Amino acid sequence: MRRFVLIAIPYVWLLALFLVPFLIVLKISLSDIALARPPYTPQLDFAAGWEGLKSFFSELDFENFTFLTTDDLYWKAYLSSLKIAAISTFLTLLVGYPVAYAMARAPEEWRPTLLMLVILPFWTSFLIRVYSWMGILSNEGVLNQVLLWLGIIDTPLHIMNTTTAVYIGVVYTYLPFMILPIYSALEKLDGSLLEAAEDLGCSRLEAFWLVTWPLSRNGIIAGCFLVFIPTIGEFVIPSLLGGSDTLMIGKVLWEEFFSNRDWPVASAVAVVLLLILIIPIILFQRNEQKQREAEG
Amino acid sequence: MAQTVFAPWTDPAQKPIIEFRNVTKTFGDFTAIHDLSLNIYEREFFALLGPSGCGKTTMMRMLAGFETATSGDIFLSGKDIGHVPPNQRPVNMMFQSYALFPHLSVWDNIAFGLRRESKDKNFIGDRVEEMLRLTRLTKFARRKPHQISGGQRQRVALARSLAKAPKLLLLDEPLGALDRKLREQTQFELMDIQEKTGTTFVIVTHDQEEAMTVASRIAVMDEGNLVQVATPAEIYEAPNSVYVADFIGDVNIIEGRATQPGTKIGIAWAEGQPPILATPAKSVEAGQSLHFAIRPEKVTIDTERPDRPNTFRGKVIDIAYLGNISTYHVELAGGQMIKAQMVNARRLANRHITWEDEVWVGFTDTAGVVLEE
Repeated sequence: MRRFVLIAIPYVWLLALFLVPFLIVLKISLSDIALARPPYTPQLDFAAGWEGLKSFFSELDFENFTFLTTDDLYWKAYLSSLKIAAISTFLTLLVGYPVAYAMARAPEEWRPTLLMLVILPFWTSFLIRVYSWMGILSNEGVLNQVLLWLGIIDTPLHIMNTTTAVYIGVVYTYLPFMILPIYSALEKLDGSLLEAAEDLGCSRLEAFWLVTWPLSRNGIIAGCFLVFIPTIGEFVIPSLLGGSDTLMIGKVLWEEFFSNRDWPVASAVAVVLLLILIIPIILFQRNEQKQREAEG
Repeated sequence: MAQTVFAPWTDPAQKPIIEFRNVTKTFGDFTAIHDLSLNIYEREFFALLGPSGCGKTTMMRMLAGFETATSGDIFLSGKDIGHVPPNQRPVNMMFQSYALFPHLSVWDNIAFGLRRESKDKNFIGDRVEEMLRLTRLTKFARRKPHQISGGQRQRVALARSLAKAPKLLLLDEPLGALDRKLREQTQFELMDIQEKTGTTFVIVTHDQEEAMTVASRIAVMDEGNLVQVATPAEIYEAPNSVYVADFIGDVNIIEGRATQPGTKIGIAWAEGQPPILATPAKSVEAGQSLHFAIRPEKVTIDTERPDRPNTFRGKVIDIAYLGNISTYHVELAGGQMIKAQMVNARRLANRHITWEDEVWVGFTDTAGVVLEE
C-alpha cells in the first residue's frame, strides 16, 4: 500500500500538471475560432448528455493543422528556431567547455566558490537579466560606449534587435546548463588516466582528445540537450533582443495567442512544437539512462 | 647443470640500467627524497619497500617522468633522462588504480600505446594478441573494463604497460586492490611474466611479504633515505638496522650492553640474568650498547631446559594460534617479553604448553643479529 502511494504521487503530479493541460491544449487545437469567451468552439456541455458529447466530438477537426501547412510562416519559423537553437547550443558548448574544464582543474578548495558563481545569476530574475543585456547591447549601450571610448570603433555597432543579440542572450542564459553537466563529468575524471595516456606516448593534446574529450562526452550531450530543448521554444529572448527578422516559433506562438487571439491555431502550433521536442527529449533520456547503466 | 646465480649487483663490470646519482626531491619545504644514490640492473625485479610517505612513490614517479628531481641526475641505460617527458621515455607504468580507459575495450586499452607509435595495423594486432595470451585475457578482449573482475583488470593494466616492450616497467602497488589468495597467485604470475619478457621491473609496495616474494633485491626506505638495499634473504636474516629488522617480518628486539668482546660476545640485558651469547657481524667494544634482534621462529619453547647456548626461563602470557603455527608470548625474568614460534606439527589436543606455564625458551648463538645504534 505504501509503495502504491509512493508511486502514485509522481503519477498524479504528471497527470495533473502535464497530461491534463496537454489534453486541454490538444482539444483547443482541434476546435474552431469563435468570437466568444473563451474564443473557441465547441464547448463541452455535460448538461446535454450523450447527444451533446457526440456533437462535441463531431465538431472537432484537424483544420488548424492543415492551416499550418498552407502558410509558409510556420514551417519557416520552426526551421529557423531549430537553426538558432542548434547554433546557440554549439556556441554555448564552445564557451561552456573551457569554463567547465578550468573549474574541474581548479584547486579543490576553489571549486565550491566557482560553482556558486556559475549558479549565482539564477538568483535574480531571468527577465531582468535579459533586460540588462538590452542596456549593454543597444546603440547607446555600455558595450558601444566602451568600444567608442577605447577608439576601437567609430560608429556604434548595431547588435541590438538582430539575431546576434539573440545568440548572445541565449548563450548567456543557458551557459550554466552547459557548464554544470560537463563540469560534473570532468570532475569525476581520474587524473591518473591522463598520466597513463602520457605514459603510453600521448602528448598533452592527444591525451585530451583521446581520454578527456570522450570521457566528458555524456556531460557534453546532456549539456547540449539542456540548452537545445528550451531554446527551440524560447520566446522572451528573441522578443526582447531579436529584431523583426528573427523568426522563432515561440514568438509566432505568442502573437497567435495574444495579438490574433486565435487560440486554436496557437494551440496547434504548440502541439506541433511539442512533437518536434519529443525527439530530442527521448534522445536525452536515453543518454542519461545509458550513463547510469555505465556507472552502475 | 649448475645454474648461475642472478646477481649483477655483485659484478663491478655490469652497467646498471637505472642509476640514481645523488637525487634529492623536495616539495615546498618537505624533502621527499634525500640525496639518494641507487643502481638497478637489467632484468632485475627490484622492490622499493617502505611505509607510506617514505618516498618510494616519488622515486617511481621520477622514473616515469611525472616528477623531476630537485637536484641530482637519473640515468637510464647511461642517458640522463632528467628532462625527458613521460611520453618519450622507454618506460611504462602500471598504475595503482590501474587507470584503464573506461571508454575503451580491453583490446583497445592494450593497443593504446602501440597506436601512438603509428606502427602498422598487423603489427599492433599481433602484439595485442600476444599480450592477451600472455595475461590469459583472450576471452575478454571485447569487454569494457567495468565488465571484468578486479583480477582481470589488473592483468589488463599489466598487458597494456608491457605492450610497448618497455626497457623498464614500473609497478605502483600493483596488487593492493586484490584479495589475499588472488594476490599470492598474481605475484607468481608477475614473476613468471617478468622472466618470460626479460623486462626490468621496479615495484613499489608497502607489503613486505609481497616484496620478499617477487623481488630479486629490495630497497627498504624510510623518510626519503635508503636504509638497506639487499636480497630478500639478506634483508631478513641480516638486517643492518633495528628499522629494517622491525619492518620486515616479526622480530624480538632486546636492548643490552656488550660484555666480553671477541667473535662471540655476551650481551647483558637484565640484572641477575645470564648474558645472551651472540655472534656479531663486526667487532664491538665492551660496554657498547646494542640491540639484539631475533626472529620468533628461531626461538624454541620447551618445558624442560633444552641443551642450547642460550636458555632463559619464562612464563607463557599469550598464545596466538594461527593454524599452521602458534606464537607464544613469553615473559622472561625482568619483564622482557619474547615471542617464540612453533610449527603446529601435532593436533591441538596433543600440545601441552598452555597459558601461565613455566617454560624454557632457547636459541643458538648464531640465530640472532647484533645491531649497533
